[in-house]
Amino acid sequence: MNPYSQAFAWLSDAGNWAGPGGIGWRILEHLDYTGLTLALAVAIALPAGLAVGHTGRGREIVVPFTGALRALPTLGLVTVLALLVSSDLLAPLIALVILALPPIIAGAYAGVQAVDRDTVDAAKAIGFTGWQVLWRVEFPLALPLVLGGIRSACLQVIATWTVAAFLPLGGLGRFLIDGLAIRDYAQMLGGSLVVIALALAADGVFVIAQRLATPRGVRAARIPDAPTTTHQPSRKEIPWPEPSA
Amino acid sequence: MTWIVANWDQIARYGLQHVWLSVPPIVAGTALSIPLGQLANRYRLSRGVLLSIGGILYAIPSLPLFVLLPSLLGTRILDPLNVEVALTIYALALMLRATADALASVDGQVTLSATAVGYGGWRRFWGVELPLAGPVILAGVRVVSASTVSLVTVGSLIGVNSLGFFFLDGYQRYFPTEIWVGIVGTVVIAVVFDLLLVLAGRLLMPWARPSRRAGRATATLLGVEAEPS
Amino acid sequence: MARTIRLTAAAGVLALAAALAGCASSNPLGDNNPASSPPSTGAPVTSITVGSAAFPESEILAYVYADALQASGVAATVTPNIGARDAYIAALKDGSIDLVPEYTGNLLQYFDAKATAQSSDDVYTALKTAVPQGYEVLDQAAAQDADSYNVTKAFSEKWGVTSLADLKKVTDPITVAANPEFQTRPYGIPGLKSVYGVSATLLPINDGGGPNTLKALLDGKAQLADIYSTTPSITQNNLVTLADPDHMVLAQNVVPLINSGKADAAVTQALDKVQANLTTADLIEMNTKSSVGKESAQNIATEWLKQKNLFG
Repeated sequence: MNPYSQAFAWLSDAGNWAGPGGIGWRILEHLDYTGLTLALAVAIALPAGLAVGHTGRGREIVVPFTGALRALPTLGLVTVLALLVSSDLLAPLIALVILALPPIIAGAYAGVQAVDRDTVDAAKAIGFTGWQVLWRVEFPLALPLVLGGIRSACLQVIATWTVAAFLPLGGLGRFLIDGLAIRDYAQMLGGSLVVIALALAADGVFVIAQRLATPRGVRAARIPDAPTTTHQPSRKEIPWPEPSA
Repeated sequence: MTWIVANWDQIARYGLQHVWLSVPPIVAGTALSIPLGQLANRYRLSRGVLLSIGGILYAIPSLPLFVLLPSLLGTRILDPLNVEVALTIYALALMLRATADALASVDGQVTLSATAVGYGGWRRFWGVELPLAGPVILAGVRVVSASTVSLVTVGSLIGVNSLGFFFLDGYQRYFPTEIWVGIVGTVVIAVVFDLLLVLAGRLLMPWARPSRRAGRATATLLGVEAEPS
Repeated sequence: MARTIRLTAAAGVLALAAALAGCASSNPLGDNNPASSPPSTGAPVTSITVGSAAFPESEILAYVYADALQASGVAATVTPNIGARDAYIAALKDGSIDLVPEYTGNLLQYFDAKATAQSSDDVYTALKTAVPQGYEVLDQAAAQDADSYNVTKAFSEKWGVTSLADLKKVTDPITVAANPEFQTRPYGIPGLKSVYGVSATLLPINDGGGPNTLKALLDGKAQLADIYSTTPSITQNNLVTLADPDHMVLAQNVVPLINSGKADAAVTQALDKVQANLTTADLIEMNTKSSVGKESAQNIATEWLKQKNLFG
């Protein structure tokens, strides 16, 4: 039997789904970790990204800083924090939150930056304060890109929690790390398929959210996602996701 | 500090292996993204398909991919090629979108002018479109470079050692210093690669120098370049 | 202008092509020597790759072997940190490595789960026949290092537990801190159940019975910890090593497992010399240098060989 059919056999074995340590339980743990990570990362990165985009200040710091964060190896952070922090969950949580910051900051910042300056000036002209401009003009218009940033962070976080299972944790990474120890391809591959399915499902949710979040006027004016030979100055790309760890 | 001095041999050896493992995926991913990016821009269908595949590839955790590749490639399980191929796949998935967008962002007027002065399709692509797309492609390469250098460390879990070795060895010996050495070393390699890329960009693409008076086109390029997310 | 652009672009493409060619040649796919190639007749073995498991003692022993071979004129390189037994045996079988330091009992159970041998000599004899064709074990050393189940003194006193057989008296749930592969090993979770009738859950910790495993035990996250018997932390922390009256864990002498094609006279002689001089006390000293002194495996190996003066 090749590894793939073994993996499907593993996935279709009801015994592997049941109870604590079963696939179902591990999925819930994985979602739990992912949700917690994203919530914390958004709480930190969103205000930072919006502030930089709105004020235009701090760009010189934030851009290289997020670049440097990207180069931080997750496995290194996870292991070093495991030695420094006594709680089993806290160490990888901190590492994963750090990992999730760059795309969210970049999405928020790029989103606000991409808002047409004329629109902002118009809002100011009719008497909006700085806060009002941010919350009622810039943020709604930036929302699709903000969500784009969270979306790529989410993909990364889902995939990278699997590496964190190097530590004594739950989540779908258990199947990968434990399977690796005994070279159990079926378990590793089956576990990965579940991770991929979870990532794609989460991604689908974000696609829908992004679509709903795009203001109707903008949606009508938006050029469809197709190549054109002419230059499109207004088209800002969704922050690129990073490969999974 | 004394540990670093006493173990310098080891650090240098793993650092070198780290560099050696990182470069081929960055180069191969970039090179492959050019024809595929071009293909993505040609038809609406190919763009949809290619970019979707790229998206799915991100979602594959690297660890099982490392373990699975020997059975697909016929390589031995400790062959560095397994890690390099896996990272090339990620690099390509990342670069595909960047390159496609970079090529699409070349001003249509410029390509028309090139055709008008007698450039054929092939020559126009290499002589005009690719160089003009260069700065945006470079921005993508910088992102790929940083993430590849950091991902190489995961290979240590399957015995393809890099500076990531120090993460596992340090963890097993409860020795944070050793792990920090690995982390800092990884970041240093990433930063050096980034500087080299910027330098190469300056040398190879002098026309990409930011000019204050340039219009929105440059602004967009800079925006993307400053935004390697 | 157009000319410059074209030249530069061409230069870039050439650079890419050169780099690609470079990386292609650095990874020759074509040299896949099948591992089980017949023993080379006549020509002496000139190079050996020594692998190691992903824990410090195994890595140190790999460097000891490599240095000993080097001193005997065989070029030897070390590939450390491969993983658990399943991973490095697979690496041995596909020719990625030629030699790996092993432990007799666990290796015997790996090749023959139903093995009944218990003493060092019986285990070694059984192992010699259990090793698959194309591979062999060389002399076993006096040095022993076995998986051992440890509890805190407080736990031992509370439940009156000094042996694995006593664990049945414990009415609280039992968690064992050990490497992930313990979940399937005959001396791990399944063995506890089948040999001693004890149900336990695993807390998987990837440090080969190192400080993190110890910490889980001391913090009460686990009641039992699998710590290798040569680890200094057992005595340092007054842990109680549970007796194993039914010999679930077999005798574990250090032994080199080698691809027969690489085991010529010079190689065998060099390794036998190491094996004949390696004691359990040596292992403890090496482990202390690693876990306390944070020395590199290579240094510890070099120091041991110098101290024993085997290849003066």
